[in-house]
Amino acid sequence: MTTKTHVQTTINGEPVDFLCEPRQSLLECLRDVIGLTGTKEGCGDGNCGACTVNIDGRIVTSCLVLGVEAQGASIETIEGVADGTNLHPIQLAFLEGAALQCGICTPGFIIATKALLEKNPDPTEHEIRFWLANNLCRCTGYDKIVRAVQDAAKRMQEA
Amino acid sequence: MTTTDYDPNVVLSTENDFKVVGTRPVRHDGVDKVTGRAIYGADYDASGLLHGKILRSPHAHAKIISIDTSKAEALDGVHAVVTAADFPEAADKIMELGEDETKLRDLRGNILARDKVLYVGHAIAGIAATNAHVAEEALSLIEVEFEVLPSVMTTDEAMADGAPILHEDQTTEELGDDSGVVSNVAKHFQHIKGDIAEGFKQADVIVEREYNTVTVHQGYIAPHNGTAFWSADGRLHIWCETQGSFVVRDSLADLLDMPVSMIRVTPTEIGGGFGGKIPIYVEPVAALLSKKTGTPVKIVMTRKETFEGSGPTPGSKIKIKVGATKEGKITAAHAWMAMEAGAYAGSPVGAAAQCVFAAYDLENGLIDGFDVVVNKPKTAAYRAPGSPNAAFGFEQALNELAEKLGMDPIDLRLKNVATEGTRRVDGPVFQRIGAKEVLESMREHAHYLSEKQEGSGRGVAIGFWFNIGFDSACNIALNKDGTVNLTEGSTDVGGSRTSIAMQAAEVLGISAEDVRPSVVDTDTIGFTAVTGGSRTTFATGWAAYEAAQDVKKQCITRAASIWDVDPDHLQMEDGIISSKTDSELKMTIKELAAQLSDTGGGITGRASVKPRGVGGSFCGNIVDLSIDQETGKITIDRFTAIQDAGKALHPSYVEGQMQGGSVQGIGWELNEEYFMSDEGKMNNTSLLDYRMPTALDLPMIDTVIVEVANPGHPFGVRGIGEANIVPPTPAIANAVYDSCGSRITQLPMSPGSILEALKS
Amino acid sequence: MALVFIPSQMQPLTKGQARVEVEGTNVKQIIENLDSLHPGFVDRVLDEGNIKPSISIAVDGDIITMGLIEKVSPNSEVHFLPAISGGN
Repeated sequence: MTTKTHVQTTINGEPVDFLCEPRQSLLECLRDVIGLTGTKEGCGDGNCGACTVNIDGRIVTSCLVLGVEAQGASIETIEGVADGTNLHPIQLAFLEGAALQCGICTPGFIIATKALLEKNPDPTEHEIRFWLANNLCRCTGYDKIVRAVQDAAKRMQEA
Repeated sequence: MTTTDYDPNVVLSTENDFKVVGTRPVRHDGVDKVTGRAIYGADYDASGLLHGKILRSPHAHAKIISIDTSKAEALDGVHAVVTAADFPEAADKIMELGEDETKLRDLRGNILARDKVLYVGHAIAGIAATNAHVAEEALSLIEVEFEVLPSVMTTDEAMADGAPILHEDQTTEELGDDSGVVSNVAKHFQHIKGDIAEGFKQADVIVEREYNTVTVHQGYIAPHNGTAFWSADGRLHIWCETQGSFVVRDSLADLLDMPVSMIRVTPTEIGGGFGGKIPIYVEPVAALLSKKTGTPVKIVMTRKETFEGSGPTPGSKIKIKVGATKEGKITAAHAWMAMEAGAYAGSPVGAAAQCVFAAYDLENGLIDGFDVVVNKPKTAAYRAPGSPNAAFGFEQALNELAEKLGMDPIDLRLKNVATEGTRRVDGPVFQRIGAKEVLESMREHAHYLSEKQEGSGRGVAIGFWFNIGFDSACNIALNKDGTVNLTEGSTDVGGSRTSIAMQAAEVLGISAEDVRPSVVDTDTIGFTAVTGGSRTTFATGWAAYEAAQDVKKQCITRAASIWDVDPDHLQMEDGIISSKTDSELKMTIKELAAQLSDTGGGITGRASVKPRGVGGSFCGNIVDLSIDQETGKITIDRFTAIQDAGKALHPSYVEGQMQGGSVQGIGWELNEEYFMSDEGKMNNTSLLDYRMPTALDLPMIDTVIVEVANPGHPFGVRGIGEANIVPPTPAIANAVYDSCGSRITQLPMSPGSILEALKS
Repeated sequence: MALVFIPSQMQPLTKGQARVEVEGTNVKQIIENLDSLHPGFVDRVLDEGNIKPSISIAVDGDIITMGLIEKVSPNSEVHFLPAISGGN
């Protein structure tokens, strides 16, 4: 057995410690070690965006980050987006705008969208498309996703 | 919000007085999917879970001389290794029997190769270990000795005289007749209507061309996965992402020679399918590993494995000849189509043949189809399988014909359009269809009437796909507060449980939110066929309709006994049971529900159906694009999809299907391909190199839902999941021609091929 | 009598005839009666008493769902089609 490393992080605002092998990705740690399976794996090489999480204010594909690299980091995953039973405006916009079909890419899109709207509260259609270009969706053709992001921006500005 | 001077999403609704059908409720599984709570196949966990990996062939065609698994088995953390030899012996007896058994033998051969590997990525052995990393290490310790054989990668190579043969016992089948000729052509068939030789004589203008397409993948975001637990009592339980849990169950029963009742399949949430998650791949391997270890075993494919080891949709060669009079009446059409089945027989060429001329009323037509095995993964269904390939040919030829005739391409299509009563070239007569209405709606659309932008090209095309009926079951239990729990067996890839629940709600006169739908396992509901063939909302929706009718009938009977009146004098409308003769007698379904327990017990409605009247759906596209003259890159500037939904149950999800299908078609046209090496190896097995469209590559996808009610369905529904992927390939090709004057007949239209066309 | 459309690949059995009128109230009778008019159809369409998986039969435009017991009316049209694989 490979020696495991003790990693201390903050995940969705709570302190979380875990043990991982040096070869385990952060994605694998989140899913298999910690049990947060809302973050999805679509490709394992950073090209689909299904595993997008936010680390210290930057969105990353967690399949390309090693678990040990997360030492000391603050990580936000899909499980931390809603405030208890109150959905985040982005989640509401996706739901009510039918911006998901199979839903496997949705957690990644929501995390990426949240980072976008925190940085740019009123993005243009082009800015939305550019920002979300690393998140693949094979079901929707992106139309309703782009509209949901526009709707979420509006909801957040009105809030 | 993006603003336009027209409505980007229109529903051309037929008159109706539905309360729920046609509205846009939030889907029942939505919150779980926006909060990360929904459990997909790869998320499934169980105590003592082992992780499996699969050894795959590095060769496109080779004999397996020997397999030595001893070193892998000796590795710390490895619990079991399985090969084809671990399938039960009974499955061996099938060799000399009929077609069903041939299919079973092929299925088994595809899951774990026995004597030969037939493509790069062909599974050879499975390993279960404490974690996926150990299993992967162990793969490299399995020693396989191969004798490499020459391979065939295209229909041309496979059909050539003296071609290497994949299956020594495969002879060409000719509609029930065995030709006796050993060949890579598994099947040839022909449809004839009228006399094309005579028809071409009457033609003033003829267009004749050959078109070629290459292998592309469905590209669902969640790779294939499955967990198996073989219990000590002999029962096998599978959790997996599948489009058909009963297909998984019944295939496993055949492969493992087990009674069906000993297998339970729980379909998890599914991360996309598009046809590709109908066949099984990893489930039987996980089952064999679980049988050996006595613990649950999970196998999740990597992206590379998904490309190389699951079923894409075929490359094809299509030759079209079509002639018309000066007035634009088509006098004859011939389609010759050969499609790659992959390593085992069964390409979608048969479906392609039934779609290629479907939109048109032809007096004289001939269709030849060839199902050809090649050394590539066995193809699987992909959204309207075969029809986009066929349309890429015929719908381009029609535009060429229109140009030669000096006609508007939509007018040419309308002049020859198929309507109710049209006899198709493959024989049967169309019932009510909406091809004409779709074309008329295209011709009147603001997009088609608008001026093209400077330098851009515009193209149009139309496409067809069937609905299938098949088996569906549904149970509805009435709760004491008047809400209902609905259970069904159609795995829900894109919101179908809500569109099914809405049909029950409509019958019962309650809201969509008062129906709680669940997709349940194979122990819990009657046989339900795959989620595919644009059937789910249509057929399982029909089962929900019938089950709700059963509930309704029982509600009326119960109210009659409470009121002590003749049930024939009662009616139930909008959720209110009332007497036709006594206006005092009135009660809501909620009021009745509260009394059930004291008046004889609960009410459960049930239905198993296999509906007919399945109809089919047409979809048309208008596309504007521009070409970068320096790089050859195509930019889609504006895209409109127009489809007949019969009746749009949930218009948002109908639009979503149209937009998603359109974009898959755009990807197929512009970028996607299996880029194969000379040795038959796919060179672009990552999602960086297999380039699916991103948000940045696309404009908004405008939609028009046309509603030509399907007389075969209680609410007029047509299945709409698939026809929308058919017109993009020819519509874009027609726009490219309009833009640069070159007919491109080979997919994909990558920047390189466009640059070459621009030069010539 | 029902009208049976004979696909080109089966027309050698009917000596080139493309349509044959056949008596019968279900698909089984139609196939058997067609076989007595033009021997060979039972072998061609059935395998051990079941419709071959490679063949679909349509009655009045709909692919049949009840197999050999599917009803056929006197003015029905019956078609033999290649079964669709990969077509879901």
